[in-house]
Amino acid sequence: MTSVLYDAPGPRAKRRNALFTVIFLVLLALVAWWVWQTMDDKGQLKWDLWEPFTTSEAWTTYLLPGLGDTLKAAALAMIIALPLGAVFGIARLSDHRWVRLPAAWVVEFFRSIPVLLLMLFANEVYARSGSVGSEDRPLYAVVTGLVLYNASVLAEIVRAGILALPRGQTEAAYAVGLRKGQTMSSILLPQAVTAMLPAIVSQLVVIVKDTALGGVMIGFTELLNTRSTLAANYANVIPSFIVVAVIFIVLNFILTSFASWLERRLRRSKRSTGAVLHEDTVEVNPAAVDGSYGSGAGGAFGGTV
Amino acid sequence: MPSSYATHPEAREIVFDFLEGYDVLGAFWMTVKLTALSALGSLVWGTLLAAMRVSPVPLMRGFGTAYVNIVRNIPLTVIIVFTSLGLADIFGVTMGAPDNFDVQGFRLAVLGLVAYTSAFVCEALRSGINTVPVGQAEAARAIGLSFSQVLRLVVLPQAFRSVIGPLANVLIALTKNTTVAAAIGVAEAAYLMKEMIENEAQTLAIGAVFALGFVVLTLPTGLILGWLSKRLAVKR
Repeated sequence: MTSVLYDAPGPRAKRRNALFTVIFLVLLALVAWWVWQTMDDKGQLKWDLWEPFTTSEAWTTYLLPGLGDTLKAAALAMIIALPLGAVFGIARLSDHRWVRLPAAWVVEFFRSIPVLLLMLFANEVYARSGSVGSEDRPLYAVVTGLVLYNASVLAEIVRAGILALPRGQTEAAYAVGLRKGQTMSSILLPQAVTAMLPAIVSQLVVIVKDTALGGVMIGFTELLNTRSTLAANYANVIPSFIVVAVIFIVLNFILTSFASWLERRLRRSKRSTGAVLHEDTVEVNPAAVDGSYGSGAGGAFGGTV
Repeated sequence: MPSSYATHPEAREIVFDFLEGYDVLGAFWMTVKLTALSALGSLVWGTLLAAMRVSPVPLMRGFGTAYVNIVRNIPLTVIIVFTSLGLADIFGVTMGAPDNFDVQGFRLAVLGLVAYTSAFVCEALRSGINTVPVGQAEAARAIGLSFSQVLRLVVLPQAFRSVIGPLANVLIALTKNTTVAAAIGVAEAAYLMKEMIENEAQTLAIGAVFALGFVVLTLPTGLILGWLSKRLAVKR
């Protein structure tokens, strides 16, 4: 394998690599042995603790309802945040200062605040106003927090998507006599949406991960929250954490793979303008990084992290 | 506005009365400490991971890739809660403070944040190395530079410069992510806000104070490092 850093290995490099492999393998084995030994000492390997996951009860009572709530909150947040983000993203590109600036302030403000603060605040506002029943309040608070934060992140994705289109698209639209609104709605936006799809799916991963905050901090019954009920019932802290982590990994891995499949597919398609946004290429920093799309010199401002 | 408060001290009492008895600055100082220590730790561990991911040893590459893909897909909340309920309570990792739960919680939070953030640092560094065109290294080798010279004189200087922007974004995200430490009772900003907002009447004012605190923490970082990365960007 050749890369920027090294050539295909010769005989000496091969020997050295073999040595490194052995050393690294020993280190890994030591760590694995320690983990296994400690788990054995603390009785976390006993089949009793793992056995519940082979029964349907643990799944139907705890894990699946939790996963359902996680997905529900994530889906609601995405569905509400997407149009909101599109509105703000387009507003930031407006020719009118009085539209552009307030939109920019709102977006920058909500992007620089941790999503947990937004959730806590929404939760308290709903609790005091009494407009939301106490049953639904955690879900409402989680979705509100996620929408406020992710709408502003999506606004940047939309903006980047539109800016990534070749200027000729706008110029050609004006040349054939379209108005600004028509250019946006029938030329730029349709192309930008396809270019943005991978980045939007990647943002879904962030939303799914952030729902877990609501589980711990405001009692939303998502997966991490139902895990603690499950662990209290079967006294299997470590196994339940491992199972929940695996569920999250599988779920997010599917989303990530879908995003990169979309990206590859869009890059291949001949009709597109070649502008495809990846999660990493969305530059969201106000004083953005050198913005060559596709070079990887971008990074989602808190978006992917 | 401040001048009118000065002439009417009672007005200040009414407006800022909800801050009384709470150490808001102390909570934000905790946020800053969490951020700084975790940033340092994840820079070290993330660099090691990145070195593994671009190394010629397949096993190390595999480990780096697996680590990044696993950790990136687990919610930070799960990791942080695990450090407390799993690592500390079951595995007995008390971080050198078995009796002092404040210190222990803080160190566990830093550990969790480092474990999580380093995956993103690794990806930022790796993308930085990938922005260096292969031709640069090939040309360097062609004029007879050794491996370490290629790395030191040609590849890394270019990689570092293109990596400032992505790293700045990771740092900003980390600052915001420290609020997750509230899940294991570390008395940082979000923890105090939860306490205050439940006990005091001025919901909006409290929300505004904490929101402003985070804007103050994250906006300058973004502006300064963004400007720096633009200045240092390698023009191609």
